[in-house]
Amino acid sequence: MAIDFLYPEYEIKRDRDKCICCRVCERQCANEAHWYDPELQMMMCDSAKCVNCHRCVALCPTRALKIVKTDHTFKENANWTGEHIAEIYRQAGTGGVLLSSMGNPKKYPIYWDKMLINASQVTNPPIDPLREPMETKVFLGAKPGKVEFNSKGEIKNNLPPQLKLEVPIMFSAMSYGSISYNAHESLARAARELGTFYNTGEGGLHEDFYKYGANTIVQVASGRFGVHKDYLNAGAAIEIKMGQGAKPGIGGHLPGIKVREDISRTRMIPEGSDAISPAPHHDIYSIEDLRQLVYSLKEASDYKKPVIVKIAAVHNVAAIASGIARGGADIIAIDGYRGGTGAAPTRIRDNVGIPIELALAAVDQRLREEGIRNNVSIVVGGSIRSSADVVKAIALGADAVYIATSALMALGCHLCRSCQKGNCNWGIATQRPELVRRLNPDIGYKRLVNLVTAWNHEIKEIMGGMGINSIESLRGNRLMLRGIGLTEKELSILGIKHAGE
Amino acid sequence: MLKEGQVRIPSGCAISGIISKSGKKINGERIVKSIATMHDRSNGLGGGFAGYGIYPQYKDLYAFHVFYDGNSAREECERFLDRHFDIINLSKIPVRPSSKITAEPLIWRYFVNPLPTKLTDSHLDEKEFVSRSVIRINSQIDGAYVFSCGKNMGVFKAVGYPEDVGDYFRLEEYDGYAWTAHGRYPTNTPGWWGGAHPFAMLDYSIVHNGEISSYDANRRDIEMYGYKCTLQTDTEVITYIIDYLLRKQKLSLKDAASVIAAPFWSTIENQPKAQREKLTYLRSAFPGLLITGPFSIILGFEGGLMALNDRLKLRSMVIGEKDDMVYMASEECAIRIIEPELDKLWSPRGGEPVIVTLDSMKSSK
Repeated sequence: MAIDFLYPEYEIKRDRDKCICCRVCERQCANEAHWYDPELQMMMCDSAKCVNCHRCVALCPTRALKIVKTDHTFKENANWTGEHIAEIYRQAGTGGVLLSSMGNPKKYPIYWDKMLINASQVTNPPIDPLREPMETKVFLGAKPGKVEFNSKGEIKNNLPPQLKLEVPIMFSAMSYGSISYNAHESLARAARELGTFYNTGEGGLHEDFYKYGANTIVQVASGRFGVHKDYLNAGAAIEIKMGQGAKPGIGGHLPGIKVREDISRTRMIPEGSDAISPAPHHDIYSIEDLRQLVYSLKEASDYKKPVIVKIAAVHNVAAIASGIARGGADIIAIDGYRGGTGAAPTRIRDNVGIPIELALAAVDQRLREEGIRNNVSIVVGGSIRSSADVVKAIALGADAVYIATSALMALGCHLCRSCQKGNCNWGIATQRPELVRRLNPDIGYKRLVNLVTAWNHEIKEIMGGMGINSIESLRGNRLMLRGIGLTEKELSILGIKHAGE
Repeated sequence: MLKEGQVRIPSGCAISGIISKSGKKINGERIVKSIATMHDRSNGLGGGFAGYGIYPQYKDLYAFHVFYDGNSAREECERFLDRHFDIINLSKIPVRPSSKITAEPLIWRYFVNPLPTKLTDSHLDEKEFVSRSVIRINSQIDGAYVFSCGKNMGVFKAVGYPEDVGDYFRLEEYDGYAWTAHGRYPTNTPGWWGGAHPFAMLDYSIVHNGEISSYDANRRDIEMYGYKCTLQTDTEVITYIIDYLLRKQKLSLKDAASVIAAPFWSTIENQPKAQREKLTYLRSAFPGLLITGPFSIILGFEGGLMALNDRLKLRSMVIGEKDDMVYMASEECAIRIIEPELDKLWSPRGGEPVIVTLDSMKSSK
């Protein structure tokens, strides 16, 4: 119907003088936005099909293409924006829930950008990482409360199982299904080379990837897809996913279109069926139930692996984390509201949850006030965009961070936010074999290694500037941060002073 | 301007220590002479001393040294002490008034023992009872500050150059088997005597030169275990960390040093298996207590001294030995001035603890 017509938000601009009709754009676009008209002997395009992923732009040999935001507009209205109007038309036409992908894109405050880092001047010396050792190795896991001695007076090793990270950065959960085989292979190989971990997400572990087990975190989510004893023992740690920053309060969504043969086998579900995880774990309706699952998993893995509990950052996150820390978890992962996803209801993604910076500060402080901070390690994710974000997260109190969106970008993701369609032109969030092939794991893993290595260099530079030569001494060191343009309340939640104080 | 405790004030410093392994008495004048040589490392805003073995006549009693802002604080504190301790002796600490030492508080000394009934009721061991009582006085009685509370040891400190502080407290009237000294170069005016060093808890005292960059990580970690860092100084947090590791976790001095100045992972990996496992354990178990950034400290304890540098050795410290005497100081001149003819003079490496204990302690162990 005419009232449902929406002018495309982005327009494909082709410079006819440059276009040589090589048809690369046509072959590259899984959304079929380009085609060749033999009569006119011209390339044509339909901007309505374009998701603005830049695949055609990047591969056009003559730089004839660009994507621009349209200047077509509704009548200006600060309240009824074009986005609101368009979404109402769409829902009135379909009766459906709006779906989106990747993290919350709205204009909420980004606290990372409102914190500044300290450096040494005169009273203590900065340390030069090119000339002195600079340590970013981290051990994640519960610490013993009390040193014990044997009958000879020697220290007993009563340290619970730990994860050893050479860099304070891990790849967070992305399921096989939501992303491709080649994307998983890239992450697994990068984790191994970097001495860190990747995470299976809730889709089980493909049989080819068991060999990366020493660098794998296996996830157990509410759908229990692909969970069995061998799977639980295949990784270095087990993560219970209670929630995800992009969609707190609801389970995972994998459209049936992405459930092809391999995925169906790995997830242990029929081909083509939608994989919709329940919102709660049906054996966890309260904190004491979570404790039972934690210990069930520890029993199943002989108490040799740390158990991570991952939660979304929600309003009461500090109290929830305190319960988890007392519930036997070794590591708490907190995912902020900007965390990515392969598919989430738009309204939930854009309106539910809280910023990871505030959640982290509140959790770290609460666990310290209760004297149980060392019972668990804290890992945070949900839009860590650079090494500076990593440093700020650790100074606020995190032991390490999870990255996923940044990792996908290293693999070629252009944040077009259309993962749910399964047509990822970069071979990442798709299961179409001809698209998956576009991501070469030999190149992909190297780019991930490059990214994390570059960040680690930068972390060392920043630490050295502060006169800190070990990441432990940065953890929770909030005097190294100052707020800029924050209210008293925000400063007090972050537990930092304002710049100039 | 904010006072010490309301704001964190970085400072540079001089430190010095002497110990006689055979337990010979060393007069307080010696340590004053040593620290005075490093006059230029302080700026007149803080000096202090700790003497061990100085109260042989009361060696089994806790010696409380207390600063009071006025008599009402003293009365309130004494009421508290009366309720919780047997006070065997109390007096003003004798001083020699001088134009160089001003803004003096009232300075009192008490030799006490916990009241047996109170101690039993508290379900605490004696040292924990004493330390909690001291923390309570310092945090809850306005204008009272206990700056020394060990047995057979005492801290003497003030705002001023260390040699003037030594003269003020008449240290030539004290003899001990070990002494430490501190001259302070704060980057702000503390104006408060409690902020001077050494900082002490029970029989542990610390003199420290440096500005640690791990401060807030250390503070937030140690505060989980019942300590409260009210002064916001490095020395305070280091003392609490030492107290926690030695007294509460029962680690040896050497192991405690491996926590606070932990070897680099690359060093640990090259150790023989048993040592590697132990160091890995200590570093992984107490990550929040690793201290980074420059420091040189001398820890005083019952029966000995320990000198320790940060693991990169970002502050100077040398050790001298002569017969049964061991000297530790920021600069060699501070040793040579009191012992020109040394048997041995050396610089400990970063993170390498130098532990000196009385010969009598070794044989008793």
